[in-house]
Amino acid sequence: MGFSLSHLKALEAESIHIIREVAAEFAKPVMLYSIGKDSSVMVRLAQKAFYPGPIPFPLLHIDTTYKFGEMIEFRDSFARSIGADLIVHTNRKAIEDGASPFRLGTQKCCAQLKTRALLDALEAGGYDAAFGGARRDEEKSRAKERIYSFRDRFGQWDPKNQRPELWNLYNARVDKGESIRVFPLSNWTELDVWHYIWAEGIPIVPLYFAKERPMVVRGASLIPLEHGIPLLPNESPQMVMCRMRSLGCTYCTGAIRSEADTLPKIIEELISFRRSERENRVIDHDQEGSMEVKKREGYF
Amino acid sequence: MASIEELLSSNDTTGLLRFSTAGSVDDGKSTLIGRLLYDCKSVYEDQLDSVKNSRVNRSGRAIDFSLLTDGLKAEREQGITIDVAYRYFSTPRRKYIIADTPGHEQYTRNMATGASTASLAIILIDARKGLLPQSRRHAYISALLGIPHLVAAVNKMDLVDFSEEVFRAIEAEFSSFCARLGRPATLSIPISALDGDNVVNRSARTPWHSGPPLLEYLETVPITSVHNYTHFRMPVQHVVRPDLDFRGFAGTVASGVVKPGDRVMALPSGRTSRVKEVVTHDGNLAEAFPPMAVCVTLEHEIDISRGDMLVDPARMPHVSRRFNASIVWMSAAPLEVNRGYLLKHTSHQTAAQITRIRHRVNVDDLSGQPAGHLELNEIGAVTIETTRPLYFDPYAANRATGGFILIDPVTNATLAAGMIEEQQAGPARRPAAEIARVETGRVTAAERITRSRHQAVTVWLTARANVAWILERRLFDRGCLVQALTDNVQTHLLPEAARVLNGAGIIAICSEASQEAEDRADAIMLLGGQLIEFGPDGLPPGDAAAVEHILAELERRGVFLPDDFSSGEGI
Repeated sequence: MGFSLSHLKALEAESIHIIREVAAEFAKPVMLYSIGKDSSVMVRLAQKAFYPGPIPFPLLHIDTTYKFGEMIEFRDSFARSIGADLIVHTNRKAIEDGASPFRLGTQKCCAQLKTRALLDALEAGGYDAAFGGARRDEEKSRAKERIYSFRDRFGQWDPKNQRPELWNLYNARVDKGESIRVFPLSNWTELDVWHYIWAEGIPIVPLYFAKERPMVVRGASLIPLEHGIPLLPNESPQMVMCRMRSLGCTYCTGAIRSEADTLPKIIEELISFRRSERENRVIDHDQEGSMEVKKREGYF
Repeated sequence: MASIEELLSSNDTTGLLRFSTAGSVDDGKSTLIGRLLYDCKSVYEDQLDSVKNSRVNRSGRAIDFSLLTDGLKAEREQGITIDVAYRYFSTPRRKYIIADTPGHEQYTRNMATGASTASLAIILIDARKGLLPQSRRHAYISALLGIPHLVAAVNKMDLVDFSEEVFRAIEAEFSSFCARLGRPATLSIPISALDGDNVVNRSARTPWHSGPPLLEYLETVPITSVHNYTHFRMPVQHVVRPDLDFRGFAGTVASGVVKPGDRVMALPSGRTSRVKEVVTHDGNLAEAFPPMAVCVTLEHEIDISRGDMLVDPARMPHVSRRFNASIVWMSAAPLEVNRGYLLKHTSHQTAAQITRIRHRVNVDDLSGQPAGHLELNEIGAVTIETTRPLYFDPYAANRATGGFILIDPVTNATLAAGMIEEQQAGPARRPAAEIARVETGRVTAAERITRSRHQAVTVWLTARANVAWILERRLFDRGCLVQALTDNVQTHLLPEAARVLNGAGIIAICSEASQEAEDRADAIMLLGGQLIEFGPDGLPPGDAAAVEHILAELERRGVFLPDDFSSGEGI
């Protein structure tokens, strides 16, 4: 038979199905938009899901204020260009109290500026479903997560008691105050995401492309010189040809040395990579079973 | 060497194979997956390092591959898999999604979760232990969930000295069990996950094995077999209406193929139209097939909302509030007969109850036992009644329109996975003869005809709801008493309803969704000479032409009284 879909088209169709189900079955969905490559793909899928209509829910960005300047510029122009309804939320209270990765340490900073901020924003908006761009291939505990991931009234995840999830029949029932996190990209891999960005011509933040950037070289890590990172004695910033493999807060997202300044080069580099994408995410490694613990507490 | 651009473009034709793995405790399933990922170079060095540096190593080899897959803390601590983990790897030929499912009986529901989206199941069997009750359970559930390809990976061959005799005995037992499940063509492969024999590379230690190594099989097995390409069904997920000029129905093609110009029927209304366009963000398509997500526009304005289904009117699904199904019970609270549950099927949700447990399945010997309830992880054959009708196909013929879940309306928990069976319960019929005995009023038929100037007949159509509506309007406009009825719910009610209308002097126009011999027999018996039937081939194709044809036939049969007809003559 002549009916076959490429793996990217099959993944795309599955994601669109999920996005449409959520839009139809929940009273007030919202799409978490982190400005990264996965978010860019997810937003494109949402555009496709409702074409020729507009995306029927807002995008929400949790801004820790420790993001790269280029990310914020990209976010604003991107949202404008697609006519999206963008909501930006920051845990102002924590910032005023001086929350920063340098003062609190990464674990506590993340709890305040990301997890707390996210839970507050979801509660304030009365959102009963929140899309996230997480993929199961990113991390061990994510590999276990359902596409519809149920959260209790405190936004917490119970990994040992997840609802069975059969076929593409998602159980959308939640009581007041409860919600679900939805992961339409669950079955995509990092390579699929890049492949799709290339195939679809999806705009992404220029930080993903290699360029000479001022960096603090600390051991094997390259830490971007932004937000007044305190330098250790004998450290001085250097210009390094590098790029970001994943985007988060500047202090917690190490760059990698790379010459890859085009999508095909990035993909070529990725295929040759022997190390995982989140390896340079400080927060994934600050304690044993780190991501599972964060997710139980309400992190995406 | 091909440039990266060429590689990316050629990747457009790479297919996606989803498979599940299931096994009993300690038969090396996690090790097998770890080995597949490792040998296909899908393990990153830092992940490997963290495994190498782990405090636990149960393998007796340099790397404990099972640690690559067990993700939750409790799993690593207890050395078991609790929940489904999804893994991804690829070869130049294909992309793979593995649903790595738990072996423990208490986690059977998680196994069913993993199996539900798979088109191939690998059942792990420990060569030293042979086929265990768990292996049978896995094969049974995989078959029940309609996985077309079952493969036995007979593992730990290194511990039985790669004995052909041991392998052949297990192979024979497995294939005979699968034959009883209706899956005669199965494959068994002797492997050692720990050492990699016949996983990716053909093993020198099994010269007697002529079949492919596991990965070669995964690369060549046909993928498309879980979809049905013959019976078009598209459950409507969402109505896209950006402005007054566009109204499209968004959904995933569940089965069949749809093209512009195709005649489609909307259920439950029974209204038919033609496909105008198959719209996507990437441009309009010449055709769409499963599992594509599209947006369909129609030639006519018909009322369709979420939960409705577009179908091929020539190949209708079953439409009923009552059906038989197999279910896997997934909740600690046992199934209760006649309790109110919610049933989700395609994009449609309705209240439902299980009216009868026909039997519970003993998975070891596949026998059926009488049962008053079903416990967690038990499998049963049941009869279900829903508040609103379902449009379905048997699961074996169409996974997408034959599967459903049950939800607890109080706790919101997902209680069961259900698969609709071939043999249907059928609606509870009242004998037509009994209905015919109901006594009616004293105003005579002749008196009614004199007043209405027409006879009260029943026009009987098959799958021509639009014709029914147009004809109703035409007759009404010329002053007739008329009522069109289309009933996709329980077509057996149509003859009864028509008889009541005719009795009141009203012309009934019935369009039943599909031709049902029993309904026709009822109609003939109840309506006798008042029945004017137009079978599926008895009408010209266009709606307007069909209406003209029927009107001419009604004239010919003298349904309309001539103007000079005077009262009192009777007919």
